[in-house]
Order: sequence, then C-alpha cells, then structure tokens
Amino acid sequence: MSATATVVDDNSDKPILGFWIYLMTDCVLFASLFATYAVLYNNTAGGPSGFQLFNLKNVLAETLILLTSSFTCGLAMLAAHKGDRDRTLAWFGVSFLLGIAFLALELTEFRHFVQTGNSWRRSGFLSAFFTLVGTHGLHITVGLTWMVTLMVQVFRRGLTRATIRRLTMLSMFWHFLDIIWIFIFTIVYLRGAIAP
Amino acid sequence: MIEFANLLGKLNWNALPHDPITAGGAATVVGGVLVVMAALTYFKRWKWLWKEWLTSLDPKRIGVMYIVVAIVMLVRAGTDALMMRAQQAVSVGNNHGFLSSNHFQQIFSAHGTIMIFFVAMGLMFGLINLVLPLMLGARDVAFPFLNSISFWLFGAGVVLVNLSLVIGSFSAAGWLAYPPLSELRYSPGVGVDYWIWSLQIAGIGSLLSGINFLTTIIKMRCKGMSLMKMPMFVWTVMGAMTLVIFAFPILTVTLTLLYLDRTFGMHFFTAGAGGNMMMYVNLIWAWGHPEVYILILPAFGVFSEVVATFSRKRLFGYTSMVWATWAIVVLSFSVWLHHFFTMGAGADVNGFFGIMTMVIAVPTGVKMFNWLFTMYRGRILLATPMRWFLGFVVLFTIGGVAGVLLGVPPIDFQLHNTLFLVAHFHTMIVSGVLFGYFAGVTYWFPKFSGFRLNERLGGYAFWCWLVGFILAFVPLYILGLMGATRRLDNYSPSLGWQPLFIVAGVGAAIIAVGLTLQILQLLVSIRQRQQTRDTTGDPWNGRTLEWSTPSPVPFYNFAVTPEVDSRDPFWAIKQARSAGIEDKSTYEAITLPKNSPIGLFVGTLAFLIGFGAIWHIVWLAGISLFGILVLVIVRSNDDHTERHISAKKLEELDKQARTQERYA
Amino acid sequence: MSKQDKVVVAQHDTNRGTLASYVTGYIFSIYLTFAAYLMVYNHLFSNIVLTTVIVILALVQFIVQVLFFLHLGRETKPRWKLAVMLFMIMVVLILVGGSLWIMSNLNTRMTPQQMNNYMNNQQGL
Repeated sequence: MSATATVVDDNSDKPILGFWIYLMTDCVLFASLFATYAVLYNNTAGGPSGFQLFNLKNVLAETLILLTSSFTCGLAMLAAHKGDRDRTLAWFGVSFLLGIAFLALELTEFRHFVQTGNSWRRSGFLSAFFTLVGTHGLHITVGLTWMVTLMVQVFRRGLTRATIRRLTMLSMFWHFLDIIWIFIFTIVYLRGAIAP
Repeated sequence: MIEFANLLGKLNWNALPHDPITAGGAATVVGGVLVVMAALTYFKRWKWLWKEWLTSLDPKRIGVMYIVVAIVMLVRAGTDALMMRAQQAVSVGNNHGFLSSNHFQQIFSAHGTIMIFFVAMGLMFGLINLVLPLMLGARDVAFPFLNSISFWLFGAGVVLVNLSLVIGSFSAAGWLAYPPLSELRYSPGVGVDYWIWSLQIAGIGSLLSGINFLTTIIKMRCKGMSLMKMPMFVWTVMGAMTLVIFAFPILTVTLTLLYLDRTFGMHFFTAGAGGNMMMYVNLIWAWGHPEVYILILPAFGVFSEVVATFSRKRLFGYTSMVWATWAIVVLSFSVWLHHFFTMGAGADVNGFFGIMTMVIAVPTGVKMFNWLFTMYRGRILLATPMRWFLGFVVLFTIGGVAGVLLGVPPIDFQLHNTLFLVAHFHTMIVSGVLFGYFAGVTYWFPKFSGFRLNERLGGYAFWCWLVGFILAFVPLYILGLMGATRRLDNYSPSLGWQPLFIVAGVGAAIIAVGLTLQILQLLVSIRQRQQTRDTTGDPWNGRTLEWSTPSPVPFYNFAVTPEVDSRDPFWAIKQARSAGIEDKSTYEAITLPKNSPIGLFVGTLAFLIGFGAIWHIVWLAGISLFGILVLVIVRSNDDHTERHISAKKLEELDKQARTQERYA
Repeated sequence: MSKQDKVVVAQHDTNRGTLASYVTGYIFSIYLTFAAYLMVYNHLFSNIVLTTVIVILALVQFIVQVLFFLHLGRETKPRWKLAVMLFMIMVVLILVGGSLWIMSNLNTRMTPQQMNNYMNNQQGL
C-alpha cells in the first residue's frame, strides 16, 4: 500500500471520462441528423437545392473562425495549466468573440434563406438542413453560455482543481464542436457545392 | 402552429375529460395523488419524505423510488391491458364493446408506452441503483447528483403521461407513433405531443444514467476487481448501458424531428413537400431494437446471480457469458430492419437483416445453456427468485423460437403485425424482462429492507403469473396464425375468434390476481417483519459483495472498502473466514454527497417545459428552461455539496450496524 | 493526502496538450480545410472523385483534431476513451451506412413512377 504511488486511481478524472462518454453520445446524435440529411438531400419539393443556396465564401469564413476559436481555446488551457489566470481569461475571451462571430455569420445565412422564402418549411431538404446546422448552432450557443459562466467563476475563484477540471470539459466540448463542423462543412456545404 | 395570442396556448376547459370512462381514469389519478398527500399530512411525514427520499442522493434510496414508481405504473398499464382484453372479448359483430375506437387506440398506445418506458426501464434502473455500487465494492455511483437528476426526469415523464388522463388526451398512434398518423394532419390534438415530451424528458434521464453507470463500472471497482472478476450482473449492466448511450441519442433526434414537423411545419416525415415517412420507421427502430436488449440484458444478469446462488454452485461458463453479452450488444445494432421487413425493401436488404436476426439468437442460447449447466448437479433451493427463473426458462424459449420464425422475411410477411407478433414480444418482455426484475426484487429485497418477503404468497403470485400468462398469450399465437391483426377493437363473429379472446381475457384476469398477490405479499411481509428479520445480511448464502453488508445496508455501504482477488468474492471471504482467516480492517474518513433538492426542481421544471411545449404555452417553456440554467449555475457555485464522516464515527456506526438489531 | 495529489497530477497530464501540439493541429487543419475548399471551388475532379476526396480530407482532419486538440494519443492504458470512441464510430458507420442502404433501397422500390419502370424491367417477378 505504501510504495506504489501511481496505481491507485483516485477517481479525480471520473468527470472527464463521463464527459467524454457524453461527447460520444452527442456524436451519435449528430450522426442521426446527418443520416436524415443524406436521406432527404434530394427532397427539394420543387424548391432550391444546396447547390443553389450555399455561399461557399461565407462558409469558409465560418470554418476558419471556428477553427481559430478551437485553437485559442487550446491556448487558454495551456495558460490554465500554468496557473496564469489572466492569460486564461484573455484567450477564452478571444474564443468567445470568435464564437459569437461564427454565430452571427450563421444567423445571417439563415435569415437570408428565410427571407427569400427558403425556410425550414419549404421542403424536407431544407428542414433537414436547418435542423442539422441549427443543432450545431444551438450547441455553440450552449458552449458560449458555459464559457461565460466559467470565465466568471475563474475570475472570482481563480484556477483551482475544480475550475480547471470544468475548463477541461468545456474545452473538450468546444473542440468537439469544431470536429462536428468539419463534417458539416464537408458533407453539407462542400458536397452541396459540387454540381448535382 | 404556435398560437402566441393566447397566454395559455391551446389549453382550455375542453381539455378536461368528457366521458365516464376517461373521467374515471382521471379521477383515479387525481384521487390517488390526493390520498397519498392526505396520508402524508395525517402521519406528519412530509419532512421525512423530503429529507429521507426526495432530496436524497443515495442510490439505495433513488433505486427504491424508481421501483415504487414502476410498480404503480405496472398497475396503471395493467389496467389498460385488462380493458383491452375485455373489449376484445366482447366486441364482436354488432356489439362494439364499451370503448370507442379512439379510446381503445389511446389505451393500447398508453399501455405499450408506459410498460416499456416506465415499468421496465424503471425496474431496471431501480435495481441497478440498488445493487451496482454494492457489487463493485463501492460507496456510490460515479455521479450521485446526476443520478438524482435522472430519476426526477424519469418522474417528469411519468407525470406527463399520467396527466394526459386528466388534461387533454394521450396519443392514439401506438407506442411508436408512426407518421403519417402521428403527424399534425391526422393527430391534431395534444396526444402525440404528450407522448413525444414524456419520452423525450425520460429519455434524457436514461441517457444520463447510461453515462453514469458506465463510468461507475469503469472507474469505481474496488481494489482487485479486474473486469473478468466482476459479477455477471455488472457485465450485463455494462453492456446495457453501452447500448443506452449509443441508442438513446437516436430516439432524442427522432422525437425532435416529429415534434418539429408537428409544431414548426417542417417536412421530415410529412406526406408531401419532400418528407419521407419510412425514415421515421427506420430511425425509431434503430433505437427500438437496441432498447429491447437494454431491457433484457440486466434481467439476464439477475438470472445469472439467482441461478448461481440458488443452485449453490458458481456460474457455469463465465467467460463465454461475457463474450455472449458483448456479442449481443454489438449484434443488437445490426438487426433493426426486422421490425419492418414488410415496408418494401428488397430481398438483399431483408435477407441480410434476417440472417443477422438468426445470428443474434445464438449468444442468447449460449446464456440459456450456461444457466442450465449451472443448475446441473447443483443443490437447488426453490425460493421465489428461482421460481421466476424457471418460469422464464420455459416461456422465454418458446417466445424466442417464435422470434426466430418471425426473423425469416417470407414468414414475417404473413405474421407481421398479427397477434402472433404481439404474443412473441410479450413472451420475451414478460417472461424475460418482467420475471427477471421480479426475481431481482424478491432476491435483493431482504438486503435493503432488513426482512424477508413472505415465500408462500410469492409462490402463489408466481403461479398466477405463469398460468395467467399462458392463458393470455397462447390464444394470441393461435389467433395470429389464423390471421388476426393487432390493435383490433371489433371483429366479425364468422371468424370464430371470440372463444380464444375470452380465454385470453381470463388469463389477463389471472395475471391481475398475481399482481394483487404480489402487493399483498409486500403488505403482509411488512406486517410480519419482526419475525422474518434478516439478522445476518446474507439470507440466501450469496456469493457477491452486497451480501457482506448488514441488512438494511447502512448509508455508507462499506465501512471499509473491500479488496477482492477472485470471482464470487463474498464466497471467497466466507471460505477464508471459516478457515479462521481474520478480516483486517482499518477505518478511514470518507466523504459522501449531501442531500440536494435540485434534482427535484430540475424534474419539475422539465415537466413544465414539456407541458408548455405540448400546449404551446411558450412563456412557460421558456421560463422553465431558463430556470434549469439558473439551477445548474447555482449548483456549480455550491462548494458544500459533500459531508465528511470521520474514521472514528465510521467505526462507531459500523460496530452498531453489525451488532444491533435492525428495524425496517 | 499528498500521495493522492501526486497521482492526480499524473492523471491530468493525459488531458493536457503542449503548444506544439495545438499549433501543429491548427496548421494541419487550416491546410486540410483550404485543400478541400479549393478543390471544390475550382471543381478539380469529377463529382464522384471530388466527393470521395473531400470526405477523406474530412476524416484526416477529424483524426488530426482528435490527436492534437483532444489529446487522445496521450491516454494511458487502459484506453477507455479510445475504446468508447471506436465503439461510437462502429455504431455511426452501421447507423448511417445501414440507413442509407435501407432508405435508398426503399426509395427505389417504393417510388411510383420509378416503380413502373422497375417492374417493366423485371421479367416474371
């Protein structure tokens, strides 16, 4: 019992494993939405297809913004593990602003579609598009809310074991959302832009 | 569409029941709640209820609450079954029985929904809560607070489904609500929305439990308990929770898409504008098939424990059981199309899924043989749990081969959606899931209450269930082969079906007697508890760690966490004790979670979100959602969520528990 | 208590990255994103080839981000996170692949106009 220091699992990373498992369930959730999108892809009901609707330049901007946000989140975590509270908050602040920018671009795209009569009510294809991309956007919104809440907590309590653990989970969530976006970028937008 | 104008959305006085039978149902629900509240007030037990049960994060308490709710729901859905049997026994030709068609449809929809989601899942999560930490040599589950949230989300689902009896109506689209019937056009009322939200909320609770219990098994096994030393019940729970985490997100999505169609005019499954109804069937069964394996695997686990204990022999073929469990887990993701062979896929698709359905029968067969080989040359004690197992062996085998028959696509074309199918799945779920969890409840009852259940009444109840089930469902196998479709509320006398329906009705009544005897058993046992006290903590001469604790189990489970080095670790400990080897135990301080009301509050707010979503009361749903966010933040900022028990106090409590007489 | 602290630090190491890993991951991801984007924007290949290539690029970027941002490679034995992820991937492949196979099969056989053509082409069905 005395000499072997590393073998005992003190369960401090239970929440990390639990949160990882939750992320895996979220992958299946998105997979179901992707499957539905793929099945309804051609069901445009006389309305426009992705090819006609999607603005690739906009999407590229969104992609790079979110990717950068994921990167700055990583930088924030490096600062957190070094115990540098101010730098941690600064980098999370950058991630937050980039996340807002992403959402703003996405909502602009959605609004444009709706205003030109191509809302989620138009066809099965559009229902699937709005729901898949919208669910990702909702996850981003939740992530941003979480980010603000944790930033306040870190500001007031500093970088303790508990706050670092929560930041770790938030950063896992944030990276995961960028990973899902890779697939949305590819399967929804790039695939859609390939001539039918 | 959403009515913003009206503050109460679609809700108005018309939502209250307007015929005698529904009014009777509503009165029973409301009356039942009032009676319970009156009793709590009269016996001055509100504070006790709050402190000991509602805000408890102890999985032993949460487990009991799940089981109590599940049994109440069993009575509810069982009543639905009796009404259906009665209707089908008399509604022949010009006699349309006593239920309108719409009411009959709501009844069978409610029956199936409640039995699967609230009875079976409730019993399962209840038993896992009670037994899993103890079997692992742990004090708690991985995330006790999340565990409470899961229970109260389950509770919110229960309240919603039963509220539909009082305000509004329930879905009339079957327990799986296929479109187009479940779309707004053909189900314009709130029924399908009640169904959606009740399941959505309870489903999230289940998903969280899956994450919780899986992490518990991975991370909280006591020292020495490697994976291949875990009890079989733990392995089956691990398999089932793996299924939960990967299947339930599919349900979440499918329910959401249906709700989006109904409420926001989307076109996932509509009959036009690019909807694809068949995709609903595909998705719902991609969840639905793993779901039935989620239900059965822990029941198989219970049987493994029961058979070994009551044969006084270790489980035969442990390694093959583990492999069979994981084979079932993996394969259960590859058979789901067998639920819709007749939807029109080609021979290649149907053939593939038909073959996979055959294959998945094999590991279940392996398990069956292993149980029988465990019994062979064992010294069988025919206690109530063992009776449930033996009933299972006979019935489940019959139902299982009926299932293999159904798995052959050309045969299924004849039998799909007939009463043959209904008989098959009831055989699996009643003799497998229900008998299994009954065995579990009767097996572990003394551990958690401190006294034993009346064996005689248990025996009578079992025989009523067995005989009742045979009488209720063998006629259905025959009727199905004769061409009777499911969900019929009237049929022609020239078909000659009525006698069989009458026999089935008698069977259902006998099952009802059995259930009544079980409730009577509980009441009688409580009254007799002084005589049947379990003073050793090990009434059955068990093999696994839960039997090493006093009965009832103290709140900390183990004063000193055990160290194991073999399977059936308690058996090994007992051998060591009788060989004179002493337990060396040094007490250490422990931390356990404090009570918290937040689970209950979250469940209440979730219920209000559901209610708002159903009746289109947007502000209610919005505020409740915000409320949940606030509660999460409050909890996150709470630094005092644990209580500490010193080593000295622990030693005191432990000595007390082991020497003093315990009262239930 | 101090013994436990030592163990805790060891555990947390597997959930952390280094500056090198984040920068590498970021640069690779940008490269893969632009590669896919430019190929599509300039329609460099035929439809099918293009689709295949961008999907492969997406899968590569997925692996890059899982390794460099989520640090899955640093997990020590027993590799539970990896195991759960592999199981998830299996489920996703079965769910998505199976659904596409099933639904396309159903669509072909259950769509009215095509049904007539199909039946006309099948002799002696």
